[in-house]
This record gives sequence, C-alpha cells and structure tokens, in this order.
Amino acid sequence: MLASLGLILLCQLIGEAITRGFGLLLPGPVVGLLLLLILLLVRDRFAIIAQGPLRNGGVETASRGLLNNLSLLFVPAGVGVVEKLDLIYAHGIAIVLILALSVVVTLLATVLTFRLVSRLFGHEAP
Amino acid sequence: MKDHAFSLWVYLSQSPLLWLTITLLVYAVSEALSLALHRHPLANPVLHAVWIIGVFLFVTSTPYPVYFSGAQFVHFLLGPATVALAIPLYENRRIVLASIVPMLAALVVGSVTAAASIVLLAKAAGLPRDVVLSLAPKSVTAAVAMGISETLHADPSLTAVAVILTGIMGAIIVTPLMNWSGIIDFRARGFAAGIAAHGIGTARAFQVDEVAGVFSGIAMSLNALVTSLLVPLAVTQLLR
Repeated sequence: MLASLGLILLCQLIGEAITRGFGLLLPGPVVGLLLLLILLLVRDRFAIIAQGPLRNGGVETASRGLLNNLSLLFVPAGVGVVEKLDLIYAHGIAIVLILALSVVVTLLATVLTFRLVSRLFGHEAP
Repeated sequence: MKDHAFSLWVYLSQSPLLWLTITLLVYAVSEALSLALHRHPLANPVLHAVWIIGVFLFVTSTPYPVYFSGAQFVHFLLGPATVALAIPLYENRRIVLASIVPMLAALVVGSVTAAASIVLLAKAAGLPRDVVLSLAPKSVTAAVAMGISETLHADPSLTAVAVILTGIMGAIIVTPLMNWSGIIDFRARGFAAGIAAHGIGTARAFQVDEVAGVFSGIAMSLNALVTSLLVPLAVTQLLR
C-alpha cells in the first residue's frame, strides 16, 4: 500500500520535473499518468519489473482507493467559492446562467460529435 | 469555563486536525446521502459538502485560508488521483484505442465549444472584459485554468470560482441531459462530461459507469492540453 502510493507520487514528481524543466503547458500529474501507464504496459512485456507495487495488483488497489473518493478531493477548493461570493453578487446571476448554458452547449456538442464520428467510421462500442 | 472553551476553540481552529476532520465528516455525510438517494444528480456530494462547510465557516467567522491550511492535505491528493487515472485507462485500453478517432474529433469540437461559447455568452451579457477573460478557461481543471488566467492577465481567483461552479453544474446536468437526448453510449457520455466539467464531471462519470469514468478522465487530460493552447488564441480573436 505504502509502496504503491510511493510509486504514484514518484510518477507525479517526475511528471512535475519534466513539465517544469521543459516549460511544457501540460500539467505535471498528466505526464505522471502517462508514465504510470507506460510502466504498466512495459510490465506486461517484461515480467522482470513486476516487483513490489507492480505485483499482485498493488498499485491498482491504491489507485482505486484514490479514485473511489475523487469527489472528496474537490471539496477544499470548492469551499473557496464562499470566499468569492461578492464577485458572484457583483455581476448578478448572469455569470451562473451563462456558465450553465455553456456547459449544456459543450456537453451536447461533444457527445454529438463523438456519436456522429463513431458512426461514420464504424468505431462502435465493442 | 467560558474562557476555557474559547481558548480551546482558538487552539483547535488553528490546527489542521479540526478542518481535516470537518472536511472528511461532512463529505462522508453528503456521500452517504448521495448513495441513499441512488446517486441522484442533485445529491452531488461536492455541492453539499461545499455549502455545509461554507456555512460552518461563516457561522464561526473562520477565514478561508485558515480552513484551507487544514484541508490542503485532501486538496494535495488531486495530483496523485490524476496519476491514478492511469489504472482504469490501462484496464480499458482496448476500448480506448478502438475509439481514438471519435475521441479526437470530439476533443477538438468540445474544447472549441467550451471556450468560444463562454466568451461569446459573456460578451453578449455585457460583462466587463476582465470578467470575460477570467471565465474563458472554466472547463479545465483548476490548476491549469488558473495558469491560463494568469497568462491572460485576468483574475485567477474568479477563474477558480468559475471552474468549480462549472464542474458542479456539469456533474448535475450531464446525466439528465444525456438521458433526455437518448444517448446510451457511455464512452461518448463520459467523454462529454470530462470536456465540459473536468474532474468533478469525471468523479460523477465514475459514479455512473466505469467506462464513462475512463473516457471522462482522458477527456479532462486532453482538454487541459488543448485549452491551454487554444484559449489565449481564441480570446484574442473573439475579443478584438
């Protein structure tokens, strides 16, 4: 469990070092995600690196633990909204309404494009 | 006795323990409520935990930075949780690879729509220029959005508010909207949730369906990349 968490943190750390070091626009944890993914794919090829957290679903269990509580992790940043209520009041309800409208338009545009292209190219769900 | 209680409060309210405990307990209650209501969209655990803790801070006149000094331990885990998205992605790699073309098309259309729609709507609503700029990156995850906001010389704190509001609204709207549209493809539904509502949309997607969660996580990561390239460009074009 601890080794698995350590591996996840290490991937993030290397990701941060790469993005900062090269001045990339990508967030560090996204690079960390790619690193962990590559590590898992390499493990399938070369059994020799299936050690510690990469054995018996170690890192898988730790990751699931984090993802099962993903909503919780947004609470501290979310509470920050109450501090900025005056900003919301200043422009009335307009901001909330246009954000909601934009969300609906974005959801529909994305989902319809996905379905349309999926059907055109025959990439249906297996 | 009253003095005693007061000095105890002063001590506890300055320690991370109190705020960490409150964050976990209030969330546990909103999560239990969400489960009891069969994951009804309006029982969104982030939404309810946020306002309950917000009211508590208001009643005890606790400044947000004091609260955050304790809650930051939870906040910190957002990074590792993003890395952890590698696991469902790895386990669903076949279905992801088989959907690469529709994913890329939806990514381009979704990212452009998210940024362009909010800038055009905010302009039409007559909002001041600095507010329009601050709202533009609202569909990407908070850390990235605030970085974009800084490069635009907008207000990163307003951007953070817009990001959280967008995530919560997206998480509430996505299921009823998709059911209403009759779309049953969970790859497409999840992908849309991740593009429109970043991590909070992804958390919602995982509640509904594992495949939806995977596609939402991918969408969120790709959108962070595309939006940080696109928004500065789109804003200069749309706000001339």
